[in-house]
Amino acid sequence: MVALPPYARAMGMFVVEAHDSAAPASPVVAMDFSECNTGRPGFLHGGAIGGLLEMAGFATLHAHLEREGIDAQVRLKPVNISIEYLRSGLPERIFACGEVVRAGRRVANVRVEAWQADRSKSVASCWMNFLIAPKKVAAE
Amino acid sequence: MAKDQEHAALVSRMMQDDSFDPQRWAKMINFRGHSGFLDMRYIAHGDDWIELAVPWREDLVGDPETGVMASGPIISLLDNATSMSASARLKRFRPQVTLDLRIDYVRAAVPGRTIVARAECYQTTRSMAFVRGIAHDGDLTDPVAHAAGIFMLVEAPQFMKAK
Repeated sequence: MVALPPYARAMGMFVVEAHDSAAPASPVVAMDFSECNTGRPGFLHGGAIGGLLEMAGFATLHAHLEREGIDAQVRLKPVNISIEYLRSGLPERIFACGEVVRAGRRVANVRVEAWQADRSKSVASCWMNFLIAPKKVAAE
Repeated sequence: MAKDQEHAALVSRMMQDDSFDPQRWAKMINFRGHSGFLDMRYIAHGDDWIELAVPWREDLVGDPETGVMASGPIISLLDNATSMSASARLKRFRPQVTLDLRIDYVRAAVPGRTIVARAECYQTTRSMAFVRGIAHDGDLTDPVAHAAGIFMLVEAPQFMKAK
């Protein structure tokens, strides 16, 4: 199970039990509509959607590295993100789930999609590059 | 509801005015919604640029081990700042929606420091605004993130209902 950081929890993001059939290996991260993620009145803020996409990107890559047995030894640093906004974010629950396109030893490329009630209608999508860095061992 | 009506009234005023006031606009939108949650602040603006900031806060942290702020708030800050830079350049508020936004995370922000975004609209067409921006934590020449994006300028009725 992926642990979400303080920012994600403050925004009301949570990991959903069910998996998405398009990417069954990846966790689905969801966020309910609330005042703290509202942009123009009655719509989700684009930055909040970006934050959700990014969180799902992290969760997707962590889950992948976990299966590879190396997640505990590495730290993920986002290198860049490119978001396409496809539809307005409606005032209801939004989901995001990603797919690892390529994970090498040093970098990984992940694609993420977000949707609401209708899975076939994407609200936004993004690609992200991550740097996979060895975890620094704490000095005694 | 009263806040929504006040917001709608300000939107229509700013759309008629020739002199869009980024400072007033920022004050209006920053006390509510997502910007309010992030405690987003107006710093300064010019003919085609604006500076907004988000102070570091414990519940905005993305990595509890280091205390580094999550990148989500940086996306939101750059999204708002680049969007407002378009209105600053156009000298009036034009309803707009983000078409695409790319952000390069140049380095991790220093925990505890306020993140400042300086955004600029470098070109507009009838339906698009092309923007770029830099986020830093005290020194513009040592950026935390770099952004490039495009906003679609839409009509008011489109803006208020689903795209």
